[in-house]
Amino acid sequence: MSSKSKPVLTSSLGKKLIMSLTGLFLCTFLVVHLIGNLQLFKDDAGYAFNNYAYFMTHFTPIKVVSYLLYASIVVHAIYALVLTRQNKAARPVGYYQSSGNANSKWNSRNMGILGTVILVFLATHMQNFWWQYKFGTTPYVEYQTELESGNRQINASDEIPPNYDGYKIFVNNGVEVIQTKDLYKQVEYTFKNPLIVLLYVIAMAALAFHLIHGFQSAFQTLGFNHRRYIGLIKGIGIWIFGVIIPIAFAAMPLYFYFKSL
Amino acid sequence: MSKHLNLTLKVWRQKNNKSKGQFVTIQANDIADDMSFLEMLDVVNEDLTRKGEDPIYFDHDCREGICGMCSLVINGRPHGPMEGTTTCQLHMRSFHDGQTIVIEPWRAAAFPVLKDLAVDRTAFDRIQQAGGYVNVNTGGVPDANTIPIPKRVADEAFESATCIGCGACVAACKNASAMLFVSAKVSQFALLPQGQTERYERAQAMVDQMDKEGFGSCTNTGACEAECPVGIKLTNIARLNREYFTAKIFRQEDVHS
Amino acid sequence: MLDSKIPAGPLAQKWSNHKFNMKLVNPANKRKFTIIVVGTGLAGASAAASLAELGYNVKTFCYQDSPRRAHSIAAQGGINAAKNYQNDGDSVFRLFYDTIKGGDYRAREANVYRLAEVSNNIIDQCVAQGVPFAREYGGLLDNRSFGGAQVSRTFYARGQTGQQLLLGAYSALNRQIKKGKVQSYTRHEMLDIVKIDGHAKGIITRDLITGKIEAHEGHAVLLCTGGYGNVFFLSTNAMGCNVTAAWRAHKRGAFFANPCYTQIHPTCIPVTGDHQSKLTLMSESLRNDGRVWVPKSQEVAAKLRKGEIGPNDIKEEDRDYFLERKYPSFGNLVPRDVASRNAKEAVDDGRGVGKSGVAVFLDFADAIKRLGEDTVRAKYGNLFDMYHKITDENPYKQPMRIYPAVHYTMGGVWVDYNLMTTVPGLYALGECNFSDHGANRLGASALMQGLSDGYFVIPYTVGDYLANLGTFAPVDKNHSAFEQTRKDVEDNINKLLSLKGEKTVDDIHKQLGHIMWEYCGMARTAEGLTKAKGLIQELKREFWSNARVLGENEELNMSLEKAGRVADFLELGELMVDDALNRSESCGGHFRLESQTEEGEAKRDDENFTYVAAWEYKGENQPEVLHKEELIFENVKLTQRSYK
Repeated sequence: MSSKSKPVLTSSLGKKLIMSLTGLFLCTFLVVHLIGNLQLFKDDAGYAFNNYAYFMTHFTPIKVVSYLLYASIVVHAIYALVLTRQNKAARPVGYYQSSGNANSKWNSRNMGILGTVILVFLATHMQNFWWQYKFGTTPYVEYQTELESGNRQINASDEIPPNYDGYKIFVNNGVEVIQTKDLYKQVEYTFKNPLIVLLYVIAMAALAFHLIHGFQSAFQTLGFNHRRYIGLIKGIGIWIFGVIIPIAFAAMPLYFYFKSL
Repeated sequence: MSKHLNLTLKVWRQKNNKSKGQFVTIQANDIADDMSFLEMLDVVNEDLTRKGEDPIYFDHDCREGICGMCSLVINGRPHGPMEGTTTCQLHMRSFHDGQTIVIEPWRAAAFPVLKDLAVDRTAFDRIQQAGGYVNVNTGGVPDANTIPIPKRVADEAFESATCIGCGACVAACKNASAMLFVSAKVSQFALLPQGQTERYERAQAMVDQMDKEGFGSCTNTGACEAECPVGIKLTNIARLNREYFTAKIFRQEDVHS
Repeated sequence: MLDSKIPAGPLAQKWSNHKFNMKLVNPANKRKFTIIVVGTGLAGASAAASLAELGYNVKTFCYQDSPRRAHSIAAQGGINAAKNYQNDGDSVFRLFYDTIKGGDYRAREANVYRLAEVSNNIIDQCVAQGVPFAREYGGLLDNRSFGGAQVSRTFYARGQTGQQLLLGAYSALNRQIKKGKVQSYTRHEMLDIVKIDGHAKGIITRDLITGKIEAHEGHAVLLCTGGYGNVFFLSTNAMGCNVTAAWRAHKRGAFFANPCYTQIHPTCIPVTGDHQSKLTLMSESLRNDGRVWVPKSQEVAAKLRKGEIGPNDIKEEDRDYFLERKYPSFGNLVPRDVASRNAKEAVDDGRGVGKSGVAVFLDFADAIKRLGEDTVRAKYGNLFDMYHKITDENPYKQPMRIYPAVHYTMGGVWVDYNLMTTVPGLYALGECNFSDHGANRLGASALMQGLSDGYFVIPYTVGDYLANLGTFAPVDKNHSAFEQTRKDVEDNINKLLSLKGEKTVDDIHKQLGHIMWEYCGMARTAEGLTKAKGLIQELKREFWSNARVLGENEELNMSLEKAGRVADFLELGELMVDDALNRSESCGGHFRLESQTEEGEAKRDDENFTYVAAWEYKGENQPEVLHKEELIFENVKLTQRSYK
């Protein structure tokens, strides 16, 4: 006699597997996103950054990956909600007194709250840039770069000219001309608002704590917990995902805010 | 010389599974600090009995930290403030004069309260019944030394096997997850050669039953490991995950019934 | 006349011959029988699992919330087996011989030989179940010498052998529960057995949660309910351990044998005060490296007790390592009864240590010097930690204080070679019966006996009984005996619940414990025992007139549970005293001051007392009747034990 065990994805472990895989995928995205966004710190009036932005939004494989990314965020959030509800149901009557800090870290117990902060941030962030870039209004810029000397002339305007029909790059008499939406300037404008800067910094703090637990937790869920390399995984989780990446991201709004003063 | 303490107990009282419970404040006076926590409750109960009041019901048996019957969440911590200790081995010297001590039962949907501080932990038995064994009959087994087992493996299996089934892991976990308990048994048999033949059925069967009982899922907070009175490690949970996903994704075995 | 049903033939062939001669139950017929197993410790769980594997329907009962909590779980040291893996000259015969000798020649040869014979199968079985015994680097099983044995035959799992063996048996039991062959009733207490035409055909239980009184029928009933050490109130037994199942069976016709044989274990943590609820044992293995001593003079001991000096201030020449002094060849490793008695003598001599003066030292200073603290920690770390936790004293820095405590009861329900009591169809297994340890049990033999009875003896012998019943018909549930017995139980509960006196049940239990410890403990006299009998009778009267039992039946009622158990302990206590009074020799754990050698050692009286004293219950407040089962020794020569 044999009977079918529950399908993997409906079991409690299966749901955790989904959380873990989507979470790790989002972690890899963070690395790529950060490396790309470092272009913001280049003092080239957004030349590199705007080209990068165009590439990211129009190169097909990247587009595919980005849809996967959006899906991951949604799945990660939905499963988090489902698991949280189940976990709450597993303890209908709570404790009068609970000393959680004695046996676990605050962030590990509050991944849902941290995740919600990040989700709110993501919505704002997408609205600020992705929506504006794709469907809204952004400033416009034309770069004319002499290929020989590298001298660059910039024609920028706050509004997109009516005859603009999409990103263009062409060479005319040894001058490279690029016409594009100016996301860089959009960034500058956005981060003049101290409230938005504050939201971004708070969100990055939430991200840091979310990942300090989340990164190594994902490996634990996948079953990787080996005395030889658990230290390395925890180290990466704390230092790269918990410290370097969130600080670097948080530095961007702060940089533009202080630049604007 | 032993010191004497006067304490205020805030104890969960609940007549039975069906009734609603509440906290009741009880004074415990002149408690010697070399008493165990349960002996302190014995003294309180003797007082209550003399007054004609119903004594506080709590589970306990061996009082030497091995049977796993005692429980109690004491000031928010399963088995009280001392690490690596069951409630029966906790002594009153861990408390100070005038202290208020909150005593609650294990809280989990899968562990309904029976009376006062005692809960029903038969869910744990049912999980073990689902697959926590090696299918061998009495007699007809090979000589004990037929299969050598490396000492390191035997020791590690032993560490997993020391789980006393008290349920502190569930009580400590914010999700009331039973993963540490389940993983300890799965690990013991995943490590030992005797457990290999049914290794993958076992992981699936025990996890299925665990889910059915209504325990929460593991979010790797590590509270279970920190509160486990016998030091069962989180590596067991990683191993259970490994066993389960291997079974589900790479193996053919189904669960036997 | 008591017939022990020992099979004929040479000792080594008795069990094999008997197995062949016993009747078998056809596999298709086994499922027509139901067997009731009371208690789920090593004996009960192993019996239930093995019988279910054979095809019988089994019902198990335990008072705990899970079968896994039975007190077998607390056994620390190990389990003996005659594997001779260490090539040090062990054999079945040697294990048999050591056990008979260790029991001071008061056990049945045939039973003990069978125990030694199946000991090897137990280890094989447990390993196959995945019990993680300690191993050597080569991957083979490790053994240690235990309790003064001259060979290394003890298998162990750190200091938690009982736990691992019980979890093994529990896993086998779970497998059968899953298969539907075993129905497990937890938080159920057996309160009586039901007899039809003289045969045991069922039990009456109380559901401890709801108070429901239930009748369960079966073709045979197995009592696997452990020992009665809690008659002393303070013992190393679990709080819930009780004699009720065995005692109620006794009152229904099962003889009770050698009740006075109790084992007092030498290495326990001493009592600290009146509030103490139980005593904690520390493994006997501590005596392998620890040295037992007290100050030579009473003056030094007095200073120590007052806290004017510490143990480390006492010079080497002022210390009396009394075991090493009196027993040069065995030293600190003398058997349990000898070590315990000598500790008591030192304390009685006014040389006891600790605040109360009721303790002796167990010192590891030399071992730490010789082996280093790390080695000592590796060997005994968990025991040292436990001691530290309980006493708040660091045993690495100062000697431990130890004192003997009641640990095991060799006496119990009388059984024949088939483990059947004097009630047909009623069996007793493990510590519950009296059979294998004589007047003193050797270390690491209790686990062996429990599992031997459950895995390898009862599956054969119960089959023989069932095959001879001559019917496969189910037990008649509607027989008037069930209703009558249930009514008896209910009456008893109502009687207990009507007690609304002044004393708590614990008060009376503690008083009983004091009487037993004082007069029926490590040293007994005719005078003391006679006094004890009067005191117990008086206490019993007080219980039934002045005890206080609260609450009602239909709830989890701790007060009622305790009261029922203490009522039985009171009756048992009286029988123990009777038995101790009757046995005017000293043997094993039973030491009568009137019977000692010139050197103060236990002196047996083989001429008059080479028998098992089996007591028959004759009714409320009637004297019990003594039946003697002669012990015949054909294979060993009776000698005076000497550990000089």
